[in-house]
Amino acid sequence: MSEIDLESARKVAHLARIAVPEENLPALAQELSQILTFMEALNSVDVDGVEPMTSVTPMRLKRRHDQVTDGDVQAKILSNAPDAREGFFAVPKVVE
Amino acid sequence: MSDLNKLTIAKARDLLRAGEVTSVELTEACLAAINEGRALNAFVHDTPELALDRAGAADARIQSGDAPAMCGIPIGIKDLFCTEGVASQAASRILEGFKPEYESQVSAQLRDAGAVMLGKLNMDEFAMGSSNETSVYGNVVNPWKVDDRQLTPGGSSGGSAAAVAADLCLAATGTDTGGSIRQPAAFTGTVGIKPTYGRCSRWGIVAFASSLDQAGPMTKTVRDAAIMLEAMCGHDPKDSTSADLPVPDFESMLTGDIRGQKIGIPREYRMDGMPDEIDALWAKGAEMLRDAGAEIVDISLPHTQYALPAYYVIAPAEASSNLARYDGVRYGHRAKLEAGDGITQMYEKTRAEGFGAEVQRRVMIGTYVLSAGFYDAYYNRARKVRTLIKRDFEEAFARGIDCILTPATPSAAFGLGEMAEADPVQMYLNDVFTVTVNLAGLPGIALPAGLDAKGLPLGLQLIGRPWEEGALLRTAHVLEDASGFVSKPEKWW
Repeated sequence: MSEIDLESARKVAHLARIAVPEENLPALAQELSQILTFMEALNSVDVDGVEPMTSVTPMRLKRRHDQVTDGDVQAKILSNAPDAREGFFAVPKVVE
Repeated sequence: MSDLNKLTIAKARDLLRAGEVTSVELTEACLAAINEGRALNAFVHDTPELALDRAGAADARIQSGDAPAMCGIPIGIKDLFCTEGVASQAASRILEGFKPEYESQVSAQLRDAGAVMLGKLNMDEFAMGSSNETSVYGNVVNPWKVDDRQLTPGGSSGGSAAAVAADLCLAATGTDTGGSIRQPAAFTGTVGIKPTYGRCSRWGIVAFASSLDQAGPMTKTVRDAAIMLEAMCGHDPKDSTSADLPVPDFESMLTGDIRGQKIGIPREYRMDGMPDEIDALWAKGAEMLRDAGAEIVDISLPHTQYALPAYYVIAPAEASSNLARYDGVRYGHRAKLEAGDGITQMYEKTRAEGFGAEVQRRVMIGTYVLSAGFYDAYYNRARKVRTLIKRDFEEAFARGIDCILTPATPSAAFGLGEMAEADPVQMYLNDVFTVTVNLAGLPGIALPAGLDAKGLPLGLQLIGRPWEEGALLRTAHVLEDASGFVSKPEKWW
C-alpha cells in the first residue's frame, strides 16, 4: 500500500494552496494513501510502446488569425471581484 | 388541462404548435410543481420572473409561426452552467454570489431556441460526487421512495435527475465527466445521454476535467433526449475541442428499425458481487434487442478494470489545474484575513473555506499525481492506459459492433448517508460502468428498463460509435419501447 506520510500530506496541501489544520493531516494522509493504493492497479498494465492520450477525438485544433476580437469590458470583468479598486483587482500586498 | 408539468417535450411541443396550450401555462404548472417539491431540494436558484418573460416571448414566437422544437418548453439548468445575471456556483461555497456576465454556449442555444429556464439545479460540488451529498446547498432527495429511507438521486446531476423524475420541469441539462448524467438517470428512472466528446460546446460550463466533461440532456423519454440534444449540439469556435460537424436531425432517426444491428455484450462488465437483478435485467435487455432483429455478440473490452483507477488519476489532475482559478481574486468567496496575512494565506484560507471535503481531496490528489517525481508514475501511466481503453472500443467497433449494452450502475439508488462511513473509493465504484465511455470520448445513454424487487428503477446503458448519437438513440428507443417502462415515483413530497 502506498504511504503518504504527514510531511508529504503537508506538502501537497501547500502545493494545492489549501490550508489544512495540523490536526487534520493524519486523516488526510490516510485518505490520500487509500486512493493512491487504488490507483496502483495501473502498475499491472503493460504500457510499453503505448502513447499517452492527448486528444480523445482525432481532430486537428482549428487555427485563427491572431487578432483582438473582444474587449472594452473592464466593468464586466471586475463585477464579481471580492475587492476591485480603480479598475483593478485588489489583493494583499505582494511586494514589501 | 391539468398536470401540464407531467408532459414530455414531444407532447408539449405538439400541443404548443396546435395552439392547445401556451408556454405560460406550461411554465406556471412547473413553477407550482417546483414550489410543492421543495423537500427534494432540486431547484436551488429559482428564476420565475425570467421564466414567465421567456414563456410569453415563446408564445408570441409560436403564434408568429416560428417554433423550433424547444420553443416554449420549461426546463431546469444544472448549476454548473453559467447563466447571465443568474447565480451559477457549481454548488460550491467558493462561487458564492457569483453572477456571470455571460451565458454558456449550450444554455444560450437552448434559450435562443425558445426554451424557458425555470431556475438552477442542485448538483455535487464542482460535479464531484455520485450521490449529490457534496453540495453546498445540501443533499438532493430522490423522488423514488420505498421505505422510511431518503434515497440519493445519484450524482453529480442529481438535481436535474430528481427534477425531471418528479415532473418539476419537462427536462433539464446535465453534465457528465465520469457518469454524472447516466448514473443519476438510472437512479431516478429517467433518460440521460452523454454525447460524443466535442458534440456540445464546453464554453461557459464550469470546468471539472476538460478532456472528459460533456453536457447532455436529462429527459423523460428517449424521443425527448433526441429533441433536446439536437438543440444543445453544434460547433462553437469558442471551444477549441468543439467538433465542426453537422448536427443531424436525431428525432427523425428514431425509426424503430434496428434489424441487422450488432449489439456487443462486454464480458468484463459482469462484475463479482453484482446483484442478480441487474444481471437479469441486462440479459433481458439483450433479449429484447434480439427480438427486435439485432444480433447479440459477446465481446471483450480487456482493459475495463483499469478504467476507474485511470479516471481517478486523470480527472483529479485536470481538476487541480482547472480549480486553480478559484483564488479569491476575480470572483466568488474570499476569506477574511488576519493582520499580516499575505497573498499565500489569502489563497490557502480562501480555498480551505470555499471548497468542500471531496473537492479538496480531489484537488490534492491531482496536485500529487502531477507533482515532480510522480508525474510519470501516475499521470503519464494513466494517460497510456486511457489509450488502451479507447483501443478496446475501437477494436470492437472495427469488428462491426454498432452499439454496446451494459448495466448503467452496479446497484439501485442507495440511502442518503449510507456511504458516509465508507472510504472514498467505495463511492467511486458507482461509476464503474460509465467511466470507460468518458475515457474513450464515446456517446452513452442510460434509460430505465425495469424495477428491482423493492420497486426502485434500474437502468441499462447503451454505448455508441463516435458521432453516431442518432443510431444510439434509435437503439435506445427500441429498447425503451420493448421494456415498456412507465413507472413513476409516488408523490410523497
